[in-house]
Amino acid sequence: MLAISDLRVEVDGKQILNGLDLEVCPGEIHAIMGPNGSGKSTLANVIAGRDGYDVKGGSIFYMGNNLLDLLPEERARQGIFLAFQYPVEIPGVANIYLLKEAINAIRSSKEEKELDAIDFLSLVRDKLKLLDMKEEFLYRSVNQGFSGGEKKRNEIFQMAMLEPTLAILDETDSGLDIDALKVVSDGVNALRAADRSIILVTHYQRLLNYIVPDYVHVLANGQVIRSGDHSLAAELEESGYSWIGGGGEGKSLGASVG
Amino acid sequence: MVDSSEQIAEEVGKYLSQHQEVASTLPAAGISWVDAHREAASKRFEQLGFPTTRDEQWKYTNVRSIARHAFDLSLNPVDVNPSVINKLTIPNLDAHRLVFTDGIFSPLLSQISDLPKGVTIISLAALLRSDPSRLENKFGEVVGEPINGFNAMNSAFILDGAFIEIESGVKLEKPIELLYVSASTNEQALALPRNIVVLRKQSSATLCERYISVTHSQSLTSSVSEVYIEDNGILHIDRVNEENDKSFNIGALFANVGRNARLKSNSITLGGRLVRNDIVVRLSEDGAETQLDGLYVVNDRQHVDNNTQVLHDHPRTTSREHYKGILSGKARAVFRGHISVKPEAQGADAVQKNNNLLLSPEAEVDTMPQLEIYADDVKCAHGATVGQLEEEAIFYMRSRGIGYAETRQLLTHAFAAEILENLGQSSIKDYIENRINHMMGLS
Ligand SMILES: Nc1ncnc2c1ncn2[C@@H]1O[C@H](COP(=O)(O)OP(=O)(O)OP(=O)(O)O)[C@@H](O)[C@H]1O
Ligand SMILES: [Mg+2]
Repeated sequence: MLAISDLRVEVDGKQILNGLDLEVCPGEIHAIMGPNGSGKSTLANVIAGRDGYDVKGGSIFYMGNNLLDLLPEERARQGIFLAFQYPVEIPGVANIYLLKEAINAIRSSKEEKELDAIDFLSLVRDKLKLLDMKEEFLYRSVNQGFSGGEKKRNEIFQMAMLEPTLAILDETDSGLDIDALKVVSDGVNALRAADRSIILVTHYQRLLNYIVPDYVHVLANGQVIRSGDHSLAAELEESGYSWIGGGGEGKSLGASVG
Repeated sequence: MVDSSEQIAEEVGKYLSQHQEVASTLPAAGISWVDAHREAASKRFEQLGFPTTRDEQWKYTNVRSIARHAFDLSLNPVDVNPSVINKLTIPNLDAHRLVFTDGIFSPLLSQISDLPKGVTIISLAALLRSDPSRLENKFGEVVGEPINGFNAMNSAFILDGAFIEIESGVKLEKPIELLYVSASTNEQALALPRNIVVLRKQSSATLCERYISVTHSQSLTSSVSEVYIEDNGILHIDRVNEENDKSFNIGALFANVGRNARLKSNSITLGGRLVRNDIVVRLSEDGAETQLDGLYVVNDRQHVDNNTQVLHDHPRTTSREHYKGILSGKARAVFRGHISVKPEAQGADAVQKNNNLLLSPEAEVDTMPQLEIYADDVKCAHGATVGQLEEEAIFYMRSRGIGYAETRQLLTHAFAAEILENLGQSSIKDYIENRINHMMGLS
């Protein structure tokens, strides 16, 4: 589904991704971990098509097509979804309005007809229930005045509405309380499907106990330096990143440094 | 440098001689206080001339093209077919309607039957002819002398406009629509509407003033509205400028707000070559309140200047001011917000905001707060911004599948929404929203 090879990306002349490889097949869940500043969000943003990233080399293929040729909205319409690490506040645009525009833009790009008001509303209600959100959130401006946790939950609500083929969740667990983490994880798990892949960027093993990944990768110095299964996350929880050499800002995340 | 007195004489002369010619035929001519008022204003106009950019209040708004042009006051209204007007009215706005063509009241186009008890709505010219005493002490009371040449020109003629009076305790349900139509095709139509609005104690009303063109000709409208709101009265004025892109509109609103009374004004500028809105609000008794909002959506070479002045003369007076602008093309906007708090106005509370969205690199904004505060127990906050659409928000929306152009339109619309929320009637809000969407290619 997604094939990244030897990806090299600069931001403002500074090399951030430095020959990154990653392959994600349909239905798989990949967790990406790694120290602060190692390039996880950069990778997520490059996949989603954000401006300001210079791709200096390598390639990203998505469903067999060169993703780097597409505009952000085209990528979204082909099923890519990014849950932002820092969701953006948009005063004056109601949540429900954004969703309606988004769904209809995606549908019309597939030459499907727009959802009528009744179908749209019943879909919205279903997904609100899935994420245990109050209806009033629909009518508030996108993320404006939302608490940190509410913003993250809103990202997953949008994901549930848009039903992407490839979802990248950038630290969606950060800022969620224990109960919210459970609700959001259940929401994500409910979206697991044989043809839907998920990339989870996280710092914490806890999330991975709820959403069990097929693979765990460690990103450092702009590369995937280690890959493994679920047990790698537990190992990192123990040992932190101090074992990473080179320019990595080795930083312990665990209580004891191994 | 030009000899300014000579220049003034030349520019003002043509209007003064027209004034001489028609003075004896103006409504209520021969009644001494009316004559005296017109005479004094005409003298004042002669002294002031048209403003120039040397005048601090007009530094960024150049009206030379107005001063040099020979506009001609129309004393006889042009015929406009009612079907033309019907097409231009706001859909679903059930209102008492007064229509003026080039400044002159048109009974045929208006609809002011079925007025509730305690409500007077009449053409000013008609009232000047039938019962001028009702207007005594109603001209120039709020601010005293005309503050600029345009106001003086209006006062020199006092030709026609709307007179509205709401008796004590009467709450007028239906809004009053004042529709000013530039209709002449002679490229020099001059309209000088003069409105007087009196809200007696505990009364309330909503006004919708609209300025529109039905031709592609140039015109000049210089209006003066004087508003008196007595204790606990509530007046809401929505003003919408939508004239053609050759027309000039200079408007002045002078309001006197009484004890615990409230004036809410919303100035929307969409059309016109040059639009200048002066608003002077005197919070003249304890607890008086005003909310001044504005939205300008301008393009090409349009120029809009909102010049507001709030006078906190008494304790516990409150003002809330929020103007927003969306500028494309080579449009230019000026905002000046003057707040003055007298020493005795303890507990005054003023907030002023002006936010501008530049959609083109060639658009320009000059925004100036001016605070003069002489009391110490005062809350006063002001802020101005000039910026572009946020890249972050654009990317966020695109990442949800919404196209770039549509994203920009939605975000621009969202910027305006805050002001539109405050319009007096939902039909007016819907109408303006549609107009803006249309201007921005959204629908
Ligand atoms: N506009 C920019 N200019 C310069 N450096 C940048 C810019 N954007 C990102 N960077 C740098 O790129 C590096 C990678 O950032 P990125 O946000 O991808 O890290 P991350 O792995 O997501 O970190 P975290 O775990 O803290 O979220 C950081 O060192 C960051 O400072
Ligand atoms: Mg990050």
